[in-house]
Amino acid sequence: MEELLRIMSEVRPDIDFETEDKLIDNEMLDSLDIVAIVTDVNDEFDVEINVNDLLPENFNSAKALYELIQKLQYE
Amino acid sequence: MIRNVLEMLEHSAARVPDKTALKDEHESLTYREYMDAAQRIGTYLLKNVTKDSYNKPVAVVIDRNVWSVAAFMGVVYSGNFYVPIDNTMPAERVKLIYDTLEPVAVIDGRLKDGDVIEGAIPVKDMLGEPADEEMLKKVRMNSIDTDPLYGVFTSGSTGVPKGIVPCHRSIVDWVEAMADAFGFDENMVHGSQAPFDFDAFVKDIYNAMRNGATVVIIPRKLFSMPKLLFEFLVEHNVNMLVWAVSAMRIVADFKAFGAIDKLPDLRYVMFSGEVMPIKALNYWIENIPQAMYVNLYGPTETTCNCTYYIVPEGKQDELKPLPIGKPFRNCRVVILDDKREKVITEPGVKGELCVSGTCLALGYWNNPEKTKEAFFRDPTITAYNSILYGTGDVAYYAENGDLMFASRRDFQIKHMGHRIELGEIEVALNAIPFIDIAVCLYDEARGKIVCCYQSETEDTKAIVKFLSDKLPKFMWPNIYKRYEKLPANKNGKIDRAALKEEIKKR
Repeated sequence: MEELLRIMSEVRPDIDFETEDKLIDNEMLDSLDIVAIVTDVNDEFDVEINVNDLLPENFNSAKALYELIQKLQYE
Repeated sequence: MIRNVLEMLEHSAARVPDKTALKDEHESLTYREYMDAAQRIGTYLLKNVTKDSYNKPVAVVIDRNVWSVAAFMGVVYSGNFYVPIDNTMPAERVKLIYDTLEPVAVIDGRLKDGDVIEGAIPVKDMLGEPADEEMLKKVRMNSIDTDPLYGVFTSGSTGVPKGIVPCHRSIVDWVEAMADAFGFDENMVHGSQAPFDFDAFVKDIYNAMRNGATVVIIPRKLFSMPKLLFEFLVEHNVNMLVWAVSAMRIVADFKAFGAIDKLPDLRYVMFSGEVMPIKALNYWIENIPQAMYVNLYGPTETTCNCTYYIVPEGKQDELKPLPIGKPFRNCRVVILDDKREKVITEPGVKGELCVSGTCLALGYWNNPEKTKEAFFRDPTITAYNSILYGTGDVAYYAENGDLMFASRRDFQIKHMGHRIELGEIEVALNAIPFIDIAVCLYDEARGKIVCCYQSETEDTKAIVKFLSDKLPKFMWPNIYKRYEKLPANKNGKIDRAALKEEIKKR
């Protein structure tokens, strides 16, 4: 989780990822942020987030994204 | 001949009154409703706010909804011109725009509760005003086709945004040229991606207005969720995309066609804003082979686009840059040498791409100096007054006569579809107390804005925090490098060339 928070804060230093839970619904992250985060996550966690995983419920919070990563790692 | 864009709206409202003109996530307007709403808003302005003033700016605070667009046309009915304002920009930047603009009225096109802008008139409050035909007729009688139609603000190198103001005639002429070149018809359904305060949005609304076609406004958040984006496009039967290169790249970066419907009905894919990477273009062509792909080129000052290139069928050679092609009809393009004195005609020789014709905007609002600098007398024509717009883009002719884009001649960059003056970012950076001096460079290969700053403290978070109050997000640097001392050249100036070399090596 620490690692994920670091990745996300590097892309957007202005957002508090520990508390925000409407990153997509409130349009806090834009498409370019998502591209950057997904690229880094795929590299660092050795997973493959594909287009079917790109849904608001997986990206609205750092916690949700972390759960997706764990699910993908388990598969 | 059409003198005023509203004639196109009225023509379509008479021809296809019940057809959907505009559609957003929640609501839609037919052509009759669109015109009716605009006439009501226009009458409201004339009676209560703008009164006798004409050709004055009216700011419209936008949201991605149909009512913001109706408000644009309402302003035009009042004999004034509209300037879309994105209120999610930092307050300081909005203020800079208002200071330059001095709008006679502000319309709030947003429908969200609770967030009130002082002095702004909510668009829905204006709809209760019945249209006064006599009043509107009088305004139209006095209008001429060189009256300003809208204003679009773009980054300015001194830190103050510039307001580009095109006129009715430029738009009317350009949509005719588009229809001539591509054969649009009333069955077009535009999937509109562009923010309302970009000139790219103009392409959707006026082409559709002329043709009696439909504009579907795509919610912004769908661009980060491509699966939902494509479901949306299919659901709304979108068959035409006029998109920023950056939006097309997102689809390619996500490999979004892997799991979704391949849009069999898509007929046109037109793109502009920056150089299209051939790899991304080929990804689209492979997945949607039946569409016509068009590279559109032109700064906002030339009213949307001045040249176009229809991409030949099939995959493109990744090693060859995509041409910007040929000028639209009724638009002249010349390449001038460095001194802006001689016209270059031989292939391969680089110079500044300059444009003349009806497409030229009226200039920068309230900024005669900048206007004079960019819109100058054609040096090759002395017998009469002919104006050229210098784009600042360096271009050349290919052997077959196609125009090719090469680079910029100044510090303007194209980053994620946005036109940015690095100088404007530097002005903001240099106002930060703990920074001695800062410069910005663009790493083209990686598409990142790099900030090199001289300071005793290294604190990226504090810099971003400061910038977030001054600049829209697309202008924030992506990479920060702190220096004890920035390298200087022999004149004592910061050595940008050396810094650029350093970045390249990273």
